[in-house]
Amino acid sequence: MRKIKDILRMGLMELSAALTCALSMCIVGYVLLKGLPHLSWQLLTTAPSYLEDTVGILPDILNTLYIIVTAIALVLPLGVGAAVYLNEYAQNKRLVEVIEYAAETLSGIPSIIYGLVGMLVFSNLLGSCLLAGALTLVVMNLPTVMRTTQESLKTVPQSYREGAFGLGAGKWRVIRTVVLPGCVDGVITGCILSVGRMVGESAALLYTAGFAHTLNGFFSGLGSSGATLSVALYVYAKEPGPGRQEAAFAIAAILMLLTLAIDLLAALVKRRFQRRLL
Amino acid sequence: MRKGERRLETLIHGLFLAAGLVTVGCVLLITVYLIISGIPAIREIGLWEFLLGDTWASTSAEPRFGILPFLLTSVSGMAGAMVIGVPVGFFSAVYLAKAAPQRVRVVSEHIVSLLAGIPSVVYGLVAMMVLVPWVRSTFHVPDGAGLLVAILVLAVMILPSIIKVSVTALEAVPKEYEDASLALGATAAETWFRVSVPAAKSGIAAAVVLGVGRAIGEATAVMMVAGNAPNMPGLFQSVRFLTTAIVSEMAYSGGLQRQALFSIALVLYLFILLINAALNFFLKRDRGT
Repeated sequence: MRKIKDILRMGLMELSAALTCALSMCIVGYVLLKGLPHLSWQLLTTAPSYLEDTVGILPDILNTLYIIVTAIALVLPLGVGAAVYLNEYAQNKRLVEVIEYAAETLSGIPSIIYGLVGMLVFSNLLGSCLLAGALTLVVMNLPTVMRTTQESLKTVPQSYREGAFGLGAGKWRVIRTVVLPGCVDGVITGCILSVGRMVGESAALLYTAGFAHTLNGFFSGLGSSGATLSVALYVYAKEPGPGRQEAAFAIAAILMLLTLAIDLLAALVKRRFQRRLL
Repeated sequence: MRKGERRLETLIHGLFLAAGLVTVGCVLLITVYLIISGIPAIREIGLWEFLLGDTWASTSAEPRFGILPFLLTSVSGMAGAMVIGVPVGFFSAVYLAKAAPQRVRVVSEHIVSLLAGIPSVVYGLVAMMVLVPWVRSTFHVPDGAGLLVAILVLAVMILPSIIKVSVTALEAVPKEYEDASLALGATAAETWFRVSVPAAKSGIAAAVVLGVGRAIGEATAVMMVAGNAPNMPGLFQSVRFLTTAIVSEMAYSGGLQRQALFSIALVLYLFILLINAALNFFLKRDRGT
């Protein structure tokens, strides 16, 4: 009887794990198989044209880049700053709890709510534009950067700080020269994770950054409406017309490759980090 | 310390404090904005009529704003996804944390984090192209898009959160517990399920709650496969979730209709706050013991 139960348990466990792995492999394989053949030079390097009825995703690629660069540039100082405050400055335990609870709440809020509030706040101020989308993404990813930085700050040995203080350095000097260089890994991990989320984000951007597919430079792009790759995929998947479905699959394949790359990068950083600790 | 230096230190302290307070400010901003923009429509429609009204006809001549169909759809979609996703995630987690050979484990963990990284639009696209036609031909329904496909998609999407958090919780179980159980003559599998799992139950509960949060909050993937008509939930019905109700009408709405969408967002937000509180409760309890 015990033996049967044991076999049953093992079987269930192995079956579930195998199912999970097989499922993800199938999804990855399917998307790459269906998408990669449609990745043409023309698709990657042109804007969509309604006159010639062709689909191009260059504007979407650029928009994605613009929005990510802007959002990361803004979220880094805020997230790292918050983490440094919590770990190095904060004395008041109550305040630390409040900030941490706020961060946890932020990370649980679904992206559609971010999209809605982003629309009410940022798009009302700036109009529907990439900058409004980027600001929405900043709020969304703040907890991620904060948490990874905090975790890495905790691994900076206390003795380093004490040594620096002992040599007569002020608090800011210690943070600048000892603490921050020690948590670079956490900051990088936070960035990588955030970029991953930003690349895949759609619901939060639909009504903040808009849907336009016009080619823009960086600064004019930030001020005008534009679709990122994920938003473009969402739009093309539902739009009838020649080339739309193919474009959707091509974008899905690009997103999948990016996801794979980001995953690999995060694993590499993590491994380097662990080696340093030993 | 010189005077200028001290002033610099105070300034920098202030800057870091400000960065720390940004998160709190954001949460307050979101809460206040949702309440301010969500209340007027509820007032005009009436709370009970809004929450328990069974018809959503926002664009008809005599508009009706009852979100009961959305509420029930969100809850049943979430419940369905949990019924499928939790067992699979749970058993996978026990396997990965306890039974798997090192090699298998490393590879599988990569695969699980890959699953977590796949954008929801990609899940939506795959489900739209594969699951929807499959449901249509297998169950002989006119349109495959509906609650069933949404449940399947959500079940896959919550897997990585459930597995990751459960694995972490299972790993934190002290080895002495397991050793003691093994020494008393229990088999390995008995030890995992009768000792390790109960010891990690708070963490596993947190994993499940996290999954609930993701399932309730997902918008785009569901939007692409659920059919999007405001019906009461049924497995093959075309349905709208709380999230997709907001997405689908936001682009062209105005007036009371638009305000009602904000009210839906407020309801969704309250759901999420509740779920967060539950999550925190389980995590705190875990840390306490």
